[in-house]
Amino acid sequence: MNHSALAQTDRTFDVDAARRQFPILGRMVHGKPLAYLDNGASAQRPQNVIDAMDEYERRHHANIHRGVHTLSQEATALYEGARDRLVRFIHARSRNEIIFVRGTTEAINLVAQSYARPTLQPGDEVLITHLEHHANIVTWQMVCEQTGAKLVVAPIDAQGEVHLDAVVALMSPRTKILACAHVSNALGTVLPVRRLVAAAKARGIVTLIDGAQAVSHLPVDVQDLGCDFYAFSGHKMYGPTGVGVLYGREQLLERMPPWQGGGEMILAVTFAKTTYNALPNKFEAGTPNIAGGIGLGAAVDFLSALDSTRAHAHESALLQHATAVLTRIPDLRIVGTAANKVSLVSFVVAGVHPHDLGTILDEDGVAVRTGHHCAMPVMDFFKLPATARASFAFYNTFDEIDRLGAGIERARKMFA
Amino acid sequence: MEINDLYRDVILDHNRRPRNFGDLQPADASVEGFNPMCGDHLTLRLRLDADTISDIRFQGEGCAISTASASLMTEAVKGRTRDEALELFDRVHQLLTDDAAPGTEELGKLAALSGVREYPARVKCASLCWHTLASALKSTDLKSVPAVSTE
Repeated sequence: MNHSALAQTDRTFDVDAARRQFPILGRMVHGKPLAYLDNGASAQRPQNVIDAMDEYERRHHANIHRGVHTLSQEATALYEGARDRLVRFIHARSRNEIIFVRGTTEAINLVAQSYARPTLQPGDEVLITHLEHHANIVTWQMVCEQTGAKLVVAPIDAQGEVHLDAVVALMSPRTKILACAHVSNALGTVLPVRRLVAAAKARGIVTLIDGAQAVSHLPVDVQDLGCDFYAFSGHKMYGPTGVGVLYGREQLLERMPPWQGGGEMILAVTFAKTTYNALPNKFEAGTPNIAGGIGLGAAVDFLSALDSTRAHAHESALLQHATAVLTRIPDLRIVGTAANKVSLVSFVVAGVHPHDLGTILDEDGVAVRTGHHCAMPVMDFFKLPATARASFAFYNTFDEIDRLGAGIERARKMFA
Repeated sequence: MEINDLYRDVILDHNRRPRNFGDLQPADASVEGFNPMCGDHLTLRLRLDADTISDIRFQGEGCAISTASASLMTEAVKGRTRDEALELFDRVHQLLTDDAAPGTEELGKLAALSGVREYPARVKCASLCWHTLASALKSTDLKSVPAVSTE
């Protein structure tokens, strides 16, 4: 196998050093070294994230924003410190624009219920694309049912690409919201979000970008993108599960009513009237996932310290290598061949069902995702019940991809 | 735990050449089974002669375990009464889930499914067709048996 062109990238990005920061990557599965190629579902956590959460639990835990005692102040400082990091991470204008939520799904639901539901009129349109994750489909179907608005779906092409003109063609005077992925979780396609947002903005359409698959692969600058809302999850960017962020333009967030009532989101409560708290707490009812928020802040520290240019070049080389290895396998078809992709490959192998493949690869210590990837309309488009998906992080190696290829060959022989 | 214990020759053979695969017209009952997490989908059609399953065929889309299990099941229940088939369902269910399941001698080829027990994520694949069949056999109105989901 010729790695000469790729080995150069290997030299410039120190994969071994990166791997050493992720304790789980040292473990064995079925007696083989783990090859974790399911980063699109959830990425692993570096030591500093584990340490930050551990330290909080051991030394600082108390409820935040409430106590005058030392622990409460420490916990508050850590949690709010994480918010400050997130402001810088996505280039928001202020801390008021960073709302902590459980994850991308909750962020989209917040916008659907608090922004869209009071705004949409019967006959209005919500525009999405054919490659959305269920979280960015079902949520809008629900709000359309509640308001009488209509869901409009922009097409994809056979490569799994979304074309600007195809989306723009569906923007009408009734279009009130454009909600689309930054990166497709099932296909890896990077959408032209900057141009999509610009086209929407020119028509007064409010935009929400589902950034769940983007934040770990691409630099995100919400001011440069110009979007109104941007949603992402902690655990896809090397942070913990159960925490994520809704970025919202302050002007819009100010106008939106709270979507959950409770503690934290109030200034004063009487039985006659409740005065809501200011941003961002207005949208953060109840005691939050404090350790998760702190862990997410640590994940931002980790990504900020990473040599992102080289890490990205390494991920691109991994994608190129995986595409080459998989293309050589007879009867294998790569699903999603957009020109601009993140390091993710969805594929099917004739005669080998993805679930059987997943089980056989697991026996070799290779973890891939199999199924519909919460994107059934994408599967329907390609007329497939399921695919296998290998999704790479900067800590993956060419050797792991070769093991993936060998495992697929083994499965093919078994089912031949 | 060995992968060859899951994908035994009998399983591979029934996946490659599923028996009783295809449509059955007319049929006394038609039931659908879904495995939403996997996207597996199966339609089971059967004819009853009094209380005996005189013919049974299946169609659908699924992994090797689910296809082979359905194929083996149709072979095993053809010619059996409702009660016999339901008894077999209990035995197979035990085989798939219970480490203390009794001997498999009288299960014949169905014993090949015992390897699935070591793969908890795959038990649903093997049991989908059996739950679908049981739903039909337990139904009082064969013309409107509700679809079965493993979730």
